[in-house]
Amino acid sequence: MRAQPTFNNEVSIVLCGEAGQGIQTIETVLTGTLKASGLHVFATKEFMSRIRGGSNSTSIRAATSPVRAYAERIDLCVLLDRDAYPWLRPRISPETLVIGDPAVFADVEGLLPLPLTELAQQVGEKIYANAIACGFVTALLGLEPTALEATLQQMFDSDRDVLAKNLRAARLGRERGEAAVSKKQLTCRIEADAGVTGQLFLNGSQAVGLGAIAGGCNFIGSYPMSPSTGVLQFLASYAERFGILVEQAEDEISAINMGLGSWYAGGRAMVSTSGGGFALMGEGISLAGGMESPMVIHLAQRPGPATGLPTRTEQGDLDLALYAGHGEFPRAILAPGTLEDAFDCARQAFAMADASQSPVILLTDQYLLDSSYNVPQLPIPAAPHEHRIVETAANYRRYALTESGLSPRGIPGYGRGLVCADSDEHDQAGFITERSEVRVAMVDKRLKKLALLRGEAAVPHRLFGPKNHRRLLVGWGSTRPAIEEARARVNDPETAFLYCPQVYPLTAAVQQLLLRAQRLIVVENNATAQFARLIQRETGRLADADWLQYDGLPFSVENLETRLRQEVCS
Amino acid sequence: MTANPFIREGCDIAWCPGCGNFGILKLMSEALAELKLDPQQTVMVSGIGQAAKIPQYLQTHFFNGLHGRALPVATAIKASNPTLTVIAESGDGDMYGEGGNHFIHCIRRNPDLTNIVHNNMVYGLTKGQASPTSQRGFATPLQPAGVILEPFNPLGVAISLDASFVARAFVGHKEQTRDILQQAIRHRGYALVDLLQPCVTFNKLNSYQWFEANTRYLDPDHDPGDRSQAFTRAIEEDPLRLGVFYRKDKPVFEEQLDGFKTDKRPLYQRQVDLAELGKLVGEFT
Repeated sequence: MRAQPTFNNEVSIVLCGEAGQGIQTIETVLTGTLKASGLHVFATKEFMSRIRGGSNSTSIRAATSPVRAYAERIDLCVLLDRDAYPWLRPRISPETLVIGDPAVFADVEGLLPLPLTELAQQVGEKIYANAIACGFVTALLGLEPTALEATLQQMFDSDRDVLAKNLRAARLGRERGEAAVSKKQLTCRIEADAGVTGQLFLNGSQAVGLGAIAGGCNFIGSYPMSPSTGVLQFLASYAERFGILVEQAEDEISAINMGLGSWYAGGRAMVSTSGGGFALMGEGISLAGGMESPMVIHLAQRPGPATGLPTRTEQGDLDLALYAGHGEFPRAILAPGTLEDAFDCARQAFAMADASQSPVILLTDQYLLDSSYNVPQLPIPAAPHEHRIVETAANYRRYALTESGLSPRGIPGYGRGLVCADSDEHDQAGFITERSEVRVAMVDKRLKKLALLRGEAAVPHRLFGPKNHRRLLVGWGSTRPAIEEARARVNDPETAFLYCPQVYPLTAAVQQLLLRAQRLIVVENNATAQFARLIQRETGRLADADWLQYDGLPFSVENLETRLRQEVCS
Repeated sequence: MTANPFIREGCDIAWCPGCGNFGILKLMSEALAELKLDPQQTVMVSGIGQAAKIPQYLQTHFFNGLHGRALPVATAIKASNPTLTVIAESGDGDMYGEGGNHFIHCIRRNPDLTNIVHNNMVYGLTKGQASPTSQRGFATPLQPAGVILEPFNPLGVAISLDASFVARAFVGHKEQTRDILQQAIRHRGYALVDLLQPCVTFNKLNSYQWFEANTRYLDPDHDPGDRSQAFTRAIEEDPLRLGVFYRKDKPVFEEQLDGFKTDKRPLYQRQVDLAELGKLVGEFT
């Protein structure tokens, strides 16, 4: 007989079943219940690219203090179908409490039995196994039943019969859970934080969508592609409320050209896509560069090449974002690491694109977009975005040469001038030219704008840990919380973490930190250390080590903690 | 007589002497002036090719973008500011070849814009290869034994998609063509004008004389409200019919968008409602 599991301050719960079984519903109900009970909650899902069958799981951490990163450890493992056990086997440890139907998992040693099939039949249908599992888990955690009931009430408000059955199912699960607790099959001590209940709870797609609205987004034409579609659908659902024009384009080429047409006519447009779609947008990105049009491109990364792993995560498209589009022109790439950053970077992408009249790429990934947790607030700006469109005079020239390289941006129908924008090399008025001196002047003009993106318009970095560090961990995008947590756990006085939400161009401050570090370690969710190579190109500094992962899954806190401990000891 | 406000003075025109594009340019400036449109409210959108240079030579706003991509750009310009008159004008290779997918879906969307396609059945800017509308057997440097593909039938495709205005014109017929262009620009909704023109340099087959001999106007009793009849005329090849084949009043794209339901202003006049955003964020508790 093994030791009775005890969970102090934090518990990691994983539920796994096949596609179509309702894992998403369980995640929504359970996270809602945990948060309503005053626990900090983090949830992320991994799923297969199929509509039915396979194995999909959601990993939920509930804790006394904030949790924002994926952890490999499983405390409570709820198996909803036969395939779930082999799928999760690598993450199941002797300390894991495995919960499942004894009729299905007779051979699993130490199983905490929950007769899901039998209980679901009592309620009426297989689908009620979800509410049974939720009732069971919340009882194991010692949560008041009211929070779960309220969450179910909210969720199934529209159908009284379905609601009644869910409440009944939850009660059946709870009774089993309470019985397990009274038999001392586990002990759980996670103190609630009353402040959590009033906090926000959202996922990365929602944070990007809200940030886009904050940035003044009023046009999005896009073609659905996982994992970028969430942002498109989010904006579609608020189209009327925020006056956003939304169109499902026939392809990504159309999407980005629509976006450029909208900016030209006074809109604030973005596109949302993933690697394959972004590749199709390459010529459009170049057009933004040549026409000096602002453009915001949300590139939600998933593992490539080609179709790759459509529903999984990777940071493999930094090079693509950096080099997409023929010719030479400035751009910026932002890669948020938290929900607050996702909101803020999406907002800033619009401000930067508008200010620099250049494309700005917002680089996220499946992990960030599909993860959710509670946050105290989002950084909503105090004032709306700057109004940069000028009223044109009769002699208006779209590409007038100026000190900064920026020409005042007019739009058709506002003022007395004509706005002539051309993708061919052009003179100051927008007319096609092949004169060498004009060509050189226009190239210089366009490239000058990079200084703005590197300088005053840039999104600042963050440094965690000691200022006088010897060792510098560097991360960008969604790896931030896992690196932060691993660094805090190890708490080595010589190790700091530099987080770069603006991966290109690198600010002077970031370059300094990189050059000063005695030992430089770059952490990336890809196979070829793309950011490390960007750093080398920009600063000449070659990283001393690259910590990489490219199996389609995010870094776990444990993985980084182990690597850091080894690093610190060596 | 007052000067035509749509004529742009001092242009260095890149077309060959005798090119059909000159005639189209003149007809366009006349059509726009006679409609009493305001150059400050008119936007020309084009792709790449010889025809796509036309916005450079007209006194209007213009967006001369990428090869094949005029229609998505034009659609978004019209949606972003519906007070503008938007004309997407390019050649047959641009609109029917490189931009073929956009052509199909633009018709389905039905934005209120005019789509003028200079159709000379050959590629000019790249020097003489086949276009989607080249006839079978047409020999080119790239198809030395002659074209073996079926020519693209833009009118047939447009009518099959229930386009709201479908016409064909020939640049050699000034009065009729100016009238068709004006009808198309005035039409509310997507309007296609497939505009036949000779390429004097690279297409020795489809000359002015050939078009004169091989085209004929639709009969006076043709009913543009009859889709089947329009389609029947559209697939006739000998002779090619000219005139307004089909028209149908339909809801336009931009007016049906949710983003215009409560706020009718063009996008440039809008600003994010931060108080409302605060409320929305609050809904995520």
